[in-house]
Amino acid sequence: MSGNSYLPRKLHSLLGVIPLGLFFIEHALTNYAAFEGGQQGFVDAVHGIHKLPLVFFLELFIIWLPILFHGVYGLYIAYQSNYNTGRFSYGRNWAFALQRITGVITFIFVFWHVWNTRVQVALGNTTYEELGNHMNGIVSNPVYFVIYFIAVIAAVFHFSNGLWAFLVSWGITVGPRAQRISSNICMGIFVIVSVLFLLSLFAFRSDEFASAAAAFSPVMFG
Amino acid sequence: MAETATKQRTVKFIITRRERPEAAPYTEEFEIPYRPNMNVISALMEIQRNPVKADGAKTTPVVWESNCLEEVCGACSMVINGKPRQACSALVDKLEQPIRLEPMSTFPVVRDLVINRERMFQALKKVKAWIPIDGTYDLGPGPRMAESKRQWAYELSKCMTCGVCLEACPNVNDRNSFIGPAAISQVRLFNAHPTGEMNAHERLEALMDEGGIEGCGNSQNCVRSCPKGIPLTTSIAAINKDTTKHLFKKWLGM
Ligand code: SF4
Ligand code: FES
Repeated sequence: MSGNSYLPRKLHSLLGVIPLGLFFIEHALTNYAAFEGGQQGFVDAVHGIHKLPLVFFLELFIIWLPILFHGVYGLYIAYQSNYNTGRFSYGRNWAFALQRITGVITFIFVFWHVWNTRVQVALGNTTYEELGNHMNGIVSNPVYFVIYFIAVIAAVFHFSNGLWAFLVSWGITVGPRAQRISSNICMGIFVIVSVLFLLSLFAFRSDEFASAAAAFSPVMFG
Repeated sequence: MAETATKQRTVKFIITRRERPEAAPYTEEFEIPYRPNMNVISALMEIQRNPVKADGAKTTPVVWESNCLEEVCGACSMVINGKPRQACSALVDKLEQPIRLEPMSTFPVVRDLVINRERMFQALKKVKAWIPIDGTYDLGPGPRMAESKRQWAYELSKCMTCGVCLEACPNVNDRNSFIGPAAISQVRLFNAHPTGEMNAHERLEALMDEGGIEGCGNSQNCVRSCPKGIPLTTSIAAINKDTTKHLFKKWLGM
Protein backbone atom coordinates (compact mmCIF):
# COMPACT_ATOMS: atom_id res chain seq x y z
CA MET A 1 0.00 0.00 0.00
CA SER A 2 1.38 3.40 -0.92
CA GLY A 3 0.99 6.63 0.99
CA ASN A 4 1.58 7.34 4.62
CA SER A 5 -0.08 4.87 6.96
CA TYR A 6 0.68 6.83 10.13
CA LEU A 7 -2.75 8.49 10.30
CA PRO A 8 -4.86 5.48 9.26
CA ARG A 9 -3.06 3.42 11.91
CA LYS A 10 -3.68 5.99 14.60
CA LEU A 11 -7.29 6.38 13.51
CA HIS A 12 -7.76 2.62 13.50
CA SER A 13 -6.55 2.47 17.09
CA LEU A 14 -8.72 5.40 18.18
CA LEU A 15 -11.92 4.16 16.52
CA GLY A 16 -11.53 0.82 18.27
CA VAL A 17 -11.98 2.59 21.60
CA ILE A 18 -14.03 5.65 20.64
CA PRO A 19 -16.72 5.04 19.52
CA LEU A 20 -16.59 1.26 19.00
CA GLY A 21 -15.35 0.33 22.48
CA LEU A 22 -17.94 2.56 24.09
CA PHE A 23 -20.69 1.07 21.96
CA PHE A 24 -19.41 -2.39 22.86
CA ILE A 25 -19.76 -1.66 26.59
CA GLU A 26 -23.18 -0.18 26.00
CA HIS A 27 -24.12 -3.37 24.14
CA ALA A 28 -22.90 -5.51 27.02
CA LEU A 29 -25.03 -3.53 29.47
CA THR A 30 -28.15 -3.65 27.29
CA ASN A 31 -27.78 -7.40 26.99
CA TYR A 32 -27.14 -7.73 30.67
CA ALA A 33 -30.59 -6.23 31.18
CA ALA A 34 -31.89 -9.50 29.74
CA PHE A 35 -30.23 -11.36 32.59
CA GLU A 36 -31.17 -8.91 35.29
CA GLY A 37 -34.57 -7.66 34.15
CA GLY A 38 -35.64 -10.58 32.02
CA GLN A 39 -37.85 -10.10 28.98
CA GLN A 40 -39.20 -6.71 30.07
CA GLY A 41 -35.80 -5.42 31.16
CA PHE A 42 -34.30 -6.23 27.80
CA VAL A 43 -37.16 -4.70 25.81
CA ASP A 44 -36.92 -1.54 27.90
CA ALA A 45 -33.17 -1.35 27.39
CA VAL A 46 -33.44 -1.84 23.64
CA HIS A 47 -36.17 0.76 23.45
CA GLY A 48 -34.10 3.16 25.50
CA ILE A 49 -31.41 3.10 22.83
CA HIS A 50 -33.65 3.15 19.81
CA LYS A 51 -35.63 6.09 21.13
CA LEU A 52 -32.55 8.30 20.88
CA PRO A 53 -33.05 11.19 18.48
CA LEU A 54 -31.46 10.89 15.04
CA VAL A 55 -30.82 7.24 15.79
CA PHE A 56 -30.11 6.54 12.12
CA PHE A 57 -27.22 9.02 12.03
CA LEU A 58 -25.97 7.89 15.41
CA GLU A 59 -25.86 4.34 14.15
CA LEU A 60 -24.20 5.40 10.92
CA PHE A 61 -21.46 7.53 12.41
CA ILE A 62 -20.95 5.79 15.73
CA ILE A 63 -21.28 2.21 14.58
CA TRP A 64 -21.48 1.39 10.87
CA LEU A 65 -18.76 3.59 9.39
CA PRO A 66 -16.23 3.15 12.23
CA ILE A 67 -16.76 -0.60 12.25
CA LEU A 68 -16.30 -0.80 8.49
CA PHE A 69 -13.03 1.12 8.60
CA HIS A 70 -11.74 -0.59 11.73
CA GLY A 71 -12.64 -4.02 10.38
CA VAL A 72 -11.33 -3.67 6.84
CA TYR A 73 -8.17 -1.84 7.81
CA GLY A 74 -7.72 -4.30 10.67
CA LEU A 75 -7.74 -7.21 8.23
CA TYR A 76 -4.96 -5.46 6.35
CA ILE A 77 -3.00 -5.01 9.59
CA ALA A 78 -3.41 -8.70 10.41
CA TYR A 79 -2.13 -9.55 6.94
CA GLN A 80 0.94 -7.37 7.54
CA SER A 81 2.11 -9.36 10.55
CA ASN A 82 4.17 -12.48 10.94
CA TYR A 83 3.26 -14.86 13.72
CA ASN A 84 6.27 -16.03 15.70
CA THR A 85 4.86 -17.22 19.02
CA GLY A 86 6.64 -20.52 18.37
CA ARG A 87 10.03 -18.89 18.65
CA PHE A 88 9.03 -16.15 21.10
CA SER A 89 6.38 -17.56 23.38
CA TYR A 90 6.10 -14.50 25.60
CA GLY A 91 2.74 -13.43 26.96
CA ARG A 92 2.74 -10.14 25.10
CA ASN A 93 3.63 -11.82 21.82
CA TRP A 94 0.72 -14.22 22.32
CA ALA A 95 -1.54 -11.27 22.98
CA PHE A 96 -0.23 -9.70 19.77
CA ALA A 97 -1.11 -12.82 17.76
CA LEU A 98 -4.45 -13.30 19.51
CA GLN A 99 -5.34 -9.67 18.91
CA ARG A 100 -5.19 -10.35 15.19
CA ILE A 101 -6.86 -13.76 15.32
CA THR A 102 -9.73 -12.52 17.52
CA GLY A 103 -10.00 -9.48 15.25
CA VAL A 104 -10.65 -11.67 12.23
CA ILE A 105 -13.13 -13.83 14.20
CA THR A 106 -14.94 -10.72 15.40
CA PHE A 107 -15.04 -9.25 11.90
CA ILE A 108 -16.74 -12.33 10.45
CA PHE A 109 -19.00 -12.73 13.46
CA VAL A 110 -20.17 -9.13 13.41
CA PHE A 111 -21.40 -9.48 9.83
CA TRP A 112 -23.33 -12.60 10.63
CA HIS A 113 -24.63 -11.22 13.92
CA VAL A 114 -25.79 -7.94 12.35
CA TRP A 115 -27.41 -9.90 9.56
CA ASN A 116 -29.47 -12.06 11.87
CA THR A 117 -30.44 -9.30 14.29
CA ARG A 118 -30.39 -5.69 13.10
CA VAL A 119 -30.96 -6.51 9.43
CA GLN A 120 -33.86 -8.82 10.27
CA VAL A 121 -35.47 -5.93 12.16
CA ALA A 122 -34.90 -3.67 9.17
CA LEU A 123 -36.41 -6.29 6.84
CA GLY A 124 -39.45 -6.56 9.09
CA ASN A 125 -38.84 -10.20 9.95
CA THR A 126 -38.72 -9.33 13.62
CA THR A 127 -39.17 -6.26 15.80
CA TYR A 128 -37.27 -4.71 18.67
CA GLU A 129 -39.98 -6.03 21.03
CA GLU A 130 -39.44 -9.56 19.78
CA LEU A 131 -35.67 -9.34 19.60
CA GLY A 132 -35.26 -11.29 22.83
CA ASN A 133 -37.39 -14.15 21.50
CA HIS A 134 -35.56 -13.90 18.24
CA MET A 135 -32.25 -14.31 20.08
CA ASN A 136 -33.72 -17.25 21.94
CA GLY A 137 -34.42 -18.85 18.58
CA ILE A 138 -30.82 -18.44 17.54
CA VAL A 139 -28.98 -19.46 20.69
CA SER A 140 -31.25 -22.44 21.33
CA ASN A 141 -29.52 -24.01 18.38
CA PRO A 142 -26.41 -25.62 19.95
CA VAL A 143 -24.16 -24.85 16.99
CA TYR A 144 -25.13 -21.19 16.93
CA PHE A 145 -24.81 -21.05 20.68
CA VAL A 146 -21.22 -22.31 20.53
CA ILE A 147 -20.43 -19.84 17.76
CA TYR A 148 -21.86 -17.01 19.84
CA PHE A 149 -20.01 -18.21 22.92
CA ILE A 150 -16.62 -18.30 21.19
CA ALA A 151 -17.15 -15.13 19.18
CA VAL A 152 -18.26 -13.16 22.21
CA ILE A 153 -15.14 -14.13 24.14
CA ALA A 154 -12.99 -13.34 21.10
CA ALA A 155 -14.62 -9.94 20.69
CA VAL A 156 -14.22 -9.09 24.36
CA PHE A 157 -10.54 -10.09 24.26
CA HIS A 158 -10.03 -8.00 21.15
CA PHE A 159 -11.61 -5.02 22.85
CA SER A 160 -9.76 -5.37 26.17
CA ASN A 161 -6.35 -6.05 24.69
CA GLY A 162 -6.95 -3.40 22.05
CA LEU A 163 -7.59 -0.92 24.82
CA TRP A 164 -4.19 -1.80 26.30
CA ALA A 165 -2.53 -1.33 22.91
CA PHE A 166 -4.38 1.94 22.33
CA LEU A 167 -2.91 3.32 25.56
CA VAL A 168 0.59 2.43 24.31
CA SER A 169 0.09 3.55 20.71
CA TRP A 170 -1.17 6.95 21.74
CA GLY A 171 1.65 7.34 24.23
CA ILE A 172 -0.52 7.33 27.35
CA THR A 173 1.13 4.40 29.14
CA VAL A 174 4.86 4.78 28.57
CA GLY A 175 6.94 2.99 31.21
CA PRO A 176 6.85 -0.73 32.01
CA ARG A 177 5.05 -0.12 35.29
CA ALA A 178 2.26 1.85 33.65
CA GLN A 179 1.93 -0.81 30.97
CA ARG A 180 1.82 -3.61 33.53
CA ILE A 181 -0.88 -1.90 35.56
CA SER A 182 -2.95 -1.11 32.47
CA SER A 183 -2.51 -4.71 31.38
CA ASN A 184 -3.98 -5.92 34.67
CA ILE A 185 -6.85 -3.47 34.41
CA CYS A 186 -7.57 -4.52 30.82
CA MET A 187 -7.60 -8.19 31.78
CA GLY A 188 -10.03 -7.28 34.56
CA ILE A 189 -12.22 -5.60 31.96
CA PHE A 190 -11.93 -8.74 29.82
CA VAL A 191 -13.29 -10.88 32.64
CA ILE A 192 -16.08 -8.52 33.65
CA VAL A 193 -17.37 -7.78 30.15
CA SER A 194 -17.14 -11.47 29.20
CA VAL A 195 -19.28 -12.34 32.19
CA LEU A 196 -21.85 -9.69 31.26
CA PHE A 197 -22.18 -11.00 27.74
CA LEU A 198 -22.18 -14.66 28.70
CA LEU A 199 -24.83 -14.16 31.38
CA SER A 200 -27.06 -12.53 28.79
CA LEU A 201 -26.31 -15.33 26.35
CA PHE A 202 -27.49 -17.87 28.91
CA ALA A 203 -30.46 -15.68 29.77
CA PHE A 204 -31.55 -15.67 26.12
CA ARG A 205 -31.58 -19.46 26.23
CA SER A 206 -33.97 -19.50 29.17
CA ASP A 207 -37.70 -20.28 28.87
CA GLU A 208 -38.61 -16.69 29.52
CA PHE A 209 -37.43 -15.69 26.06
CA ALA A 210 -38.72 -18.85 24.44
CA SER A 211 -42.37 -17.75 24.22
CA ALA A 212 -42.70 -16.41 20.70
CA ALA A 213 -39.66 -18.16 19.40
CA ALA A 214 -41.37 -21.32 18.27
CA ALA A 215 -42.76 -19.55 15.26
CA PHE A 216 -39.37 -18.32 14.27
CA SER A 217 -36.63 -20.16 12.47
CA PRO A 218 -33.40 -18.21 12.32
CA VAL A 219 -32.64 -16.63 9.01
CA MET A 220 -29.09 -17.44 8.07
CA PHE A 221 -26.92 -16.76 5.09
CA GLY A 222 -28.14 -18.31 1.90
CA MET B 1 43.24 -40.70 34.62
CA ALA B 2 40.81 -42.59 32.46
CA GLU B 3 40.14 -39.70 30.14
CA THR B 4 42.85 -40.68 27.69
CA ALA B 5 40.94 -43.85 26.97
CA THR B 6 37.61 -42.14 26.31
CA LYS B 7 36.58 -40.82 22.94
CA GLN B 8 37.29 -37.15 22.47
CA ARG B 9 34.36 -34.95 23.40
CA THR B 10 32.78 -33.20 20.43
CA VAL B 11 30.24 -30.48 19.78
CA LYS B 12 27.48 -30.95 17.26
CA PHE B 13 26.29 -28.13 14.99
CA ILE B 14 23.46 -27.96 12.47
CA ILE B 15 24.02 -24.95 10.25
CA THR B 16 21.62 -23.44 7.74
CA ARG B 17 23.62 -22.44 4.69
CA ARG B 18 23.05 -20.89 1.31
CA GLU B 19 25.52 -20.09 -1.42
CA ARG B 20 24.08 -16.97 -2.92
CA PRO B 21 21.34 -14.54 -1.87
CA GLU B 22 18.76 -16.15 -4.19
CA ALA B 23 19.90 -19.74 -3.67
CA ALA B 24 17.76 -22.18 -1.71
CA PRO B 25 18.89 -22.76 1.89
CA TYR B 26 20.03 -26.20 3.08
CA THR B 27 21.48 -27.52 6.32
CA GLU B 28 24.77 -29.21 7.06
CA GLU B 29 25.88 -30.99 10.20
CA PHE B 30 29.27 -30.65 11.79
CA GLU B 31 30.91 -32.35 14.70
CA ILE B 32 33.96 -30.57 15.99
CA PRO B 33 36.35 -31.27 18.87
CA TYR B 34 35.34 -29.71 22.14
CA ARG B 35 37.61 -27.22 23.84
CA PRO B 36 36.85 -25.61 27.19
CA ASN B 37 35.24 -22.14 27.09
CA MET B 38 34.64 -22.21 23.35
CA ASN B 39 31.99 -19.95 21.86
CA VAL B 40 30.08 -20.17 18.60
CA ILE B 41 32.66 -18.03 16.78
CA SER B 42 35.59 -20.22 17.84
CA ALA B 43 33.57 -23.23 16.70
CA LEU B 44 33.01 -21.58 13.32
CA MET B 45 36.74 -20.89 13.12
CA GLU B 46 37.37 -24.57 13.69
CA ILE B 47 34.99 -25.40 10.81
CA GLN B 48 36.79 -22.84 8.65
CA ARG B 49 40.13 -24.48 9.46
CA ASN B 50 38.84 -27.95 8.74
CA PRO B 51 35.66 -27.79 6.61
CA VAL B 52 34.54 -31.39 7.00
CA LYS B 53 30.95 -32.36 7.73
CA ALA B 54 29.88 -34.78 10.46
CA ASP B 55 29.61 -37.57 7.86
CA GLY B 56 33.26 -37.03 6.87
CA ALA B 57 32.57 -35.39 3.51
CA LYS B 58 34.46 -32.23 2.64
CA THR B 59 32.50 -29.03 2.18
CA THR B 60 33.09 -25.31 1.74
CA PRO B 61 33.89 -23.37 4.92
CA VAL B 62 30.86 -21.74 6.56
CA VAL B 63 30.86 -17.98 6.10
CA TRP B 64 30.04 -15.63 8.98
CA GLU B 65 30.80 -12.09 10.12
CA SER B 66 32.40 -10.87 13.32
CA ASN B 67 34.57 -8.03 14.54
CA CYS B 68 34.82 -7.06 18.17
CA LEU B 69 34.29 -10.50 19.73
CA GLU B 70 32.96 -8.82 22.85
CA GLU B 71 29.34 -8.09 22.01
CA VAL B 72 29.71 -4.43 21.14
CA CYS B 73 29.76 -4.32 17.33
CA GLY B 74 26.68 -6.39 16.51
CA ALA B 75 28.21 -7.94 13.39
CA CYS B 76 27.99 -11.57 14.48
CA SER B 77 24.23 -11.67 15.13
CA MET B 78 22.57 -14.90 14.06
CA VAL B 79 19.80 -17.20 15.16
CA ILE B 80 21.24 -19.66 17.66
CA ASN B 81 18.93 -22.44 18.82
CA GLY B 82 15.96 -20.44 17.64
CA LYS B 83 16.83 -17.14 19.28
CA PRO B 84 18.59 -14.22 17.60
CA ARG B 85 21.74 -13.23 19.50
CA GLN B 86 25.47 -12.61 19.14
CA ALA B 87 27.61 -15.61 18.25
CA CYS B 88 30.66 -14.21 20.05
CA SER B 89 28.92 -14.18 23.42
CA ALA B 90 27.15 -17.50 22.88
CA LEU B 91 29.15 -19.95 24.99
CA VAL B 92 29.00 -23.53 23.83
CA ASP B 93 28.90 -24.79 27.42
CA LYS B 94 25.65 -22.96 27.95
CA LEU B 95 23.93 -24.13 24.75
CA GLU B 96 21.79 -27.17 24.23
CA GLN B 97 23.19 -29.54 21.60
CA PRO B 98 23.03 -29.96 18.66
CA ILE B 99 23.56 -26.24 18.31
CA ARG B 100 21.48 -24.86 15.46
CA LEU B 101 22.80 -21.83 13.61
CA GLU B 102 20.68 -19.92 11.11
CA PRO B 103 21.04 -16.49 9.52
CA MET B 104 18.68 -13.73 10.71
CA SER B 105 16.46 -14.07 7.66
CA THR B 106 14.47 -10.91 8.36
CA PHE B 107 17.44 -9.35 6.57
CA PRO B 108 18.66 -10.24 3.09
CA VAL B 109 21.01 -13.20 3.43
CA VAL B 110 24.29 -12.64 1.60
CA ARG B 111 25.75 -16.08 2.17
CA ASP B 112 25.47 -18.73 4.89
CA LEU B 113 25.26 -16.76 8.15
CA VAL B 114 26.15 -13.37 6.67
CA ILE B 115 23.27 -10.92 6.39
CA ASN B 116 22.94 -7.38 5.09
CA ARG B 117 21.85 -4.93 7.78
CA GLU B 118 21.71 -2.02 5.34
CA ARG B 119 18.07 -1.24 6.19
CA MET B 120 19.09 -0.40 9.75
CA PHE B 121 21.69 2.10 8.61
CA GLN B 122 19.22 3.59 6.14
CA ALA B 123 16.75 3.89 9.01
CA LEU B 124 19.30 5.82 11.10
CA LYS B 125 19.83 8.17 8.17
CA LYS B 126 16.12 8.59 7.65
CA VAL B 127 15.53 9.66 11.25
CA LYS B 128 18.72 11.76 11.34
CA ALA B 129 20.19 9.89 14.27
CA TRP B 130 23.00 12.38 14.84
CA ILE B 131 23.50 15.83 16.27
CA PRO B 132 24.15 18.47 13.60
CA ILE B 133 26.97 20.70 14.83
CA ASP B 134 29.12 20.96 11.71
CA GLY B 135 29.62 24.48 10.44
CA THR B 136 32.18 27.05 9.42
CA TYR B 137 32.75 28.53 12.86
CA ASP B 138 32.89 27.43 16.46
CA LEU B 139 29.39 27.35 17.90
CA GLY B 140 30.67 27.36 21.46
CA PRO B 141 29.67 24.92 24.17
CA GLY B 142 26.16 23.46 24.00
CA PRO B 143 23.67 23.37 26.86
CA ARG B 144 24.41 20.97 29.69
CA MET B 145 22.58 17.70 30.06
CA ALA B 146 21.10 16.90 33.44
CA GLU B 147 22.83 13.95 35.10
CA SER B 148 19.53 12.20 35.78
CA LYS B 149 18.72 12.33 32.08
CA ARG B 150 22.24 11.35 31.02
CA GLN B 151 21.93 8.15 32.99
CA TRP B 152 18.94 6.75 31.10
CA ALA B 153 20.09 8.23 27.79
CA TYR B 154 23.37 6.37 28.22
CA GLU B 155 21.47 3.09 28.27
CA LEU B 156 19.94 3.93 24.88
CA SER B 157 23.36 4.79 23.47
CA LYS B 158 24.48 1.19 23.94
CA CYS B 159 22.66 0.12 20.78
CA MET B 160 25.07 -1.60 18.38
CA THR B 161 22.64 -1.86 15.44
CA CYS B 162 22.88 -5.63 15.76
CA GLY B 163 19.42 -6.29 14.32
CA VAL B 164 18.25 -8.75 16.97
CA CYS B 165 15.22 -6.61 17.81
CA LEU B 166 14.19 -6.49 14.14
CA GLU B 167 14.58 -10.25 13.81
CA ALA B 168 12.40 -10.79 16.88
CA CYS B 169 9.70 -8.38 15.70
CA PRO B 170 6.70 -9.97 13.93
CA ASN B 171 6.03 -6.69 12.14
CA VAL B 172 9.40 -6.26 10.49
CA ASN B 173 8.79 -7.99 7.14
CA ASP B 174 8.20 -7.16 3.45
CA ARG B 175 4.47 -6.66 3.89
CA ASN B 176 4.96 -4.10 6.63
CA SER B 177 6.52 -0.65 6.50
CA PHE B 178 7.61 -0.62 10.16
CA ILE B 179 11.07 0.90 10.63
CA GLY B 180 11.89 -1.42 13.54
CA PRO B 181 12.55 -0.74 17.22
CA ALA B 182 16.23 0.25 17.12
CA ALA B 183 15.89 3.48 15.12
CA ILE B 184 12.93 4.63 17.23
CA SER B 185 14.99 4.26 20.37
CA GLN B 186 17.78 6.27 18.72
CA VAL B 187 15.33 9.08 18.01
CA ARG B 188 14.54 9.12 21.71
CA LEU B 189 18.26 9.24 22.48
CA PHE B 190 19.05 12.12 20.14
CA ASN B 191 15.90 14.02 21.06
CA ALA B 192 16.91 13.76 24.70
CA HIS B 193 20.24 15.43 24.02
CA PRO B 194 20.13 19.17 24.79
CA THR B 195 21.63 20.07 21.40
CA GLY B 196 19.94 17.26 19.50
CA GLU B 197 16.62 18.43 20.91
CA MET B 198 16.83 21.51 18.68
CA ASN B 199 16.05 19.25 15.70
CA ALA B 200 13.63 16.99 17.54
CA HIS B 201 10.74 17.79 15.19
CA GLU B 202 12.70 16.58 12.14
CA ARG B 203 13.24 13.17 13.70
CA LEU B 204 9.62 12.92 14.84
CA GLU B 205 8.39 13.85 11.39
CA ALA B 206 10.62 11.20 9.84
CA LEU B 207 8.96 8.62 12.10
CA MET B 208 5.48 9.92 11.26
CA ASP B 209 6.19 9.36 7.60
CA GLU B 210 5.59 6.05 5.78
CA GLY B 211 8.19 3.54 6.93
CA GLY B 212 8.27 5.00 10.41
CA ILE B 213 6.79 4.14 13.80
CA GLU B 214 3.27 3.36 12.51
CA GLY B 215 3.77 -0.38 12.09
CA CYS B 216 4.54 -1.19 15.73
CA GLY B 217 2.03 -3.79 16.91
CA ASN B 218 3.20 -3.98 20.55
CA SER B 219 4.32 -7.59 20.56
CA GLN B 220 7.18 -6.42 22.78
CA ASN B 221 9.52 -9.18 21.65
CA CYS B 222 12.20 -6.54 21.02
CA VAL B 223 12.66 -5.56 24.64
CA ARG B 224 12.86 -9.23 25.64
CA SER B 225 15.52 -9.90 23.01
CA CYS B 226 17.86 -6.89 23.04
CA PRO B 227 21.29 -8.08 24.21
CA LYS B 228 22.03 -4.61 25.58
CA GLY B 229 18.91 -4.51 27.72
CA ILE B 230 17.71 -1.34 26.02
CA PRO B 231 14.18 -0.40 27.16
CA LEU B 232 12.87 -0.46 23.59
CA THR B 233 9.17 -0.59 24.39
CA THR B 234 9.54 2.40 26.70
CA SER B 235 11.29 4.24 23.88
CA ILE B 236 8.55 3.33 21.42
CA ALA B 237 5.77 4.42 23.78
CA ALA B 238 7.65 7.64 24.59
CA ILE B 239 8.00 8.41 20.90
CA ASN B 240 4.34 7.49 20.36
CA LYS B 241 3.58 10.18 22.91
CA ASP B 242 5.91 12.70 21.25
CA THR B 243 4.60 12.04 17.74
CA THR B 244 1.01 12.27 18.97
CA LYS B 245 1.76 15.63 20.60
CA HIS B 246 3.55 16.77 17.46
CA LEU B 247 0.56 15.77 15.34
CA PHE B 248 -1.84 17.86 17.41
CA LYS B 249 0.53 20.81 17.53
CA LYS B 250 0.73 20.77 13.77
CA TRP B 251 -3.04 20.54 13.38
CA LEU B 252 -3.52 23.44 15.72
CA GLY B 253 -0.80 25.38 13.92
CA MET B 254 1.30 25.77 17.04
S1 SF4 C 1 18.21 -2.04 20.19
FE1 SF4 C 1 19.28 -3.83 21.05
S2 SF4 C 1 18.60 -5.53 19.75
FE2 SF4 C 1 18.08 -3.66 18.64
S3 SF4 C 1 19.79 -3.28 17.31
FE3 SF4 C 1 20.21 -2.12 19.18
S4 SF4 C 1 21.40 -3.50 20.48
FE4 SF4 C 1 20.54 -4.76 18.85
S1 FES D 1 31.74 -9.87 17.05
FE1 FES D 1 31.05 -7.93 17.69
S2 FES D 1 29.21 -8.45 18.68
FE2 FES D 1 30.02 -10.38 18.21
